[in-house]
Amino acid sequence: MHSMNNPNFFLGIESTAHTFGASIVSNYGKILSNEKDIYIPPTGKGIHPRDATQHHCEKSPQVIWRAFKEANLNPKDLTAIAFSAGPGLGPSLRIGATIARALASFLNKPLVPVNHAIGHIEIAFLTTGSKDPLVVLVSGGHTLITAYAGLRWRIFGETEDITIGNLLDMFAREIGLSPPSGVSVEQKASYGKKLVELPYSVKGNDVTYSGLLSASLRRFRKGDRIEDLCYSLQEVSFSMFAETVERSLAHTEKKELLLTGGVAANKRLQEMLRIIAKDHNSKFQVVDPKYSGDSGAQIAWAGYLAFKQGIRIDIDKSYVVPKWRLDEIEWKRL
Amino acid sequence: MEEIVNNSRNLIRKGAEANLYLANWHGKKVVIKQRVPKHYRVLDLDDRIRKYRTYHEAENLYLARKYGVSTPIVLSIDDINYTIIMEFIEGDRLKEVFKRMTDEERAKLSVQIGELIGKLHKNRLIHGDLTSSNMIISEYDRIFLLDFGLSFQSDKLEDMGVDLHLLRRALFSTHHEYAKKCFTKIKVGYSKEVGMNAANNVIKKTEQIERRGRYCIQREI
Repeated sequence: MHSMNNPNFFLGIESTAHTFGASIVSNYGKILSNEKDIYIPPTGKGIHPRDATQHHCEKSPQVIWRAFKEANLNPKDLTAIAFSAGPGLGPSLRIGATIARALASFLNKPLVPVNHAIGHIEIAFLTTGSKDPLVVLVSGGHTLITAYAGLRWRIFGETEDITIGNLLDMFAREIGLSPPSGVSVEQKASYGKKLVELPYSVKGNDVTYSGLLSASLRRFRKGDRIEDLCYSLQEVSFSMFAETVERSLAHTEKKELLLTGGVAANKRLQEMLRIIAKDHNSKFQVVDPKYSGDSGAQIAWAGYLAFKQGIRIDIDKSYVVPKWRLDEIEWKRL
Repeated sequence: MEEIVNNSRNLIRKGAEANLYLANWHGKKVVIKQRVPKHYRVLDLDDRIRKYRTYHEAENLYLARKYGVSTPIVLSIDDINYTIIMEFIEGDRLKEVFKRMTDEERAKLSVQIGELIGKLHKNRLIHGDLTSSNMIISEYDRIFLLDFGLSFQSDKLEDMGVDLHLLRRALFSTHHEYAKKCFTKIKVGYSKEVGMNAANNVIKKTEQIERRGRYCIQREI
């Protein structure tokens, strides 16, 4: 164990989708810097992997430079370099991985692959002090309910098709709202008055959203008010998921409920889960909003935790893993 | 009914769907299952869901028993408070029972669970929320299925596949130490009941549904 005077530092590089992020954290959980640059697609378009890659290529040198400057750290003083190895868009992932490999090779530091979902979960633990929660991870890539047991994150419920992030993105894109779509939909929803009848599809602890997306777009083309549709889409999709969270909470009887991921910043979703947690005498916690969206910090911190349990990867084997499920990973919670 | 619903009742469990109260009803020990308003949902949506599920639960509890699957007997339905009064089943939830059983006992019970699900599916009844919280093991190891709030009638392969998928996942998340063995036995019981061919089709569908999970290697999109 190192003394407080002699902390270790970890660089985390995030590039799973539209965010390129770099962050430096210490082994004491201090986030010294968390820099990022987000690729924003034109209104009406989604993230094109090629354009996101181009963006990451252009922005990554300054983002990394800023991360070192903000942390006031010499790269030579790093203990290891962590990168998000997946899941995510292949071309985007490869940019972060290439940079991480180059730095690890040049500085002669160990390279640590990190699962992006583990990053979302661990940064939420760090910023809330949660102990043994039921975790709700909601983002562009994930919509799932999980709890830790027997060296693994066990999935209790998830989406069987698209995520809440996908749903909001695709809906916003089709009706011409500007990105970031979650924020746009939330703003429009606040002016909504009428609950439009939309399909509510819950299967045990699972949800499916593709039918809801099609139905919402159909109603849009028929001329329903955008505000009412945003309101209804948000209410129905969040209620569906909240219901499965409540079912999982009743089943697992966990005393903490921890919300993380990009959509965790949504006030309405927070409100729903807060009510549910209270009803089941469970403590509701939300990741610090600074770290709800994709960030280098989640990778740096999870990278340190991975490093501590002995996870390293040789540069010549450090492939990215675009498809990498949370429950495939053996993970020690230390 | 109002009187029983409002007086002399003890909350025994707060489920996700409803509150369960233990009460005395004409000298009989009963459970009052009340679908209380869920304040996280907007009123319209909440009302629609509670109403729909109260009716369907009562109907399908009855149908399941008709098909030879033990369920609590429905004594009364109140469509204003969205309340069902049903027989109280003495016993423990499978969730607890499984944990204290030996491998052989679990295997035997798993085959029986598979048979019960087979009986439902053979009669086009889908439970919709099969977990170890929704089964009670009563005297003489008799298994009662509960919580038919998400149940519906269908003869689609997809719906049967989802039903088994949900049970499989519930086992692998809550009972990961022995989930694999139990699910294998559940499939044995299920096949016994619906026949080898039908069972294989459903099981194949279940595997396909599993692959719809995000970031599954075999996922097509």
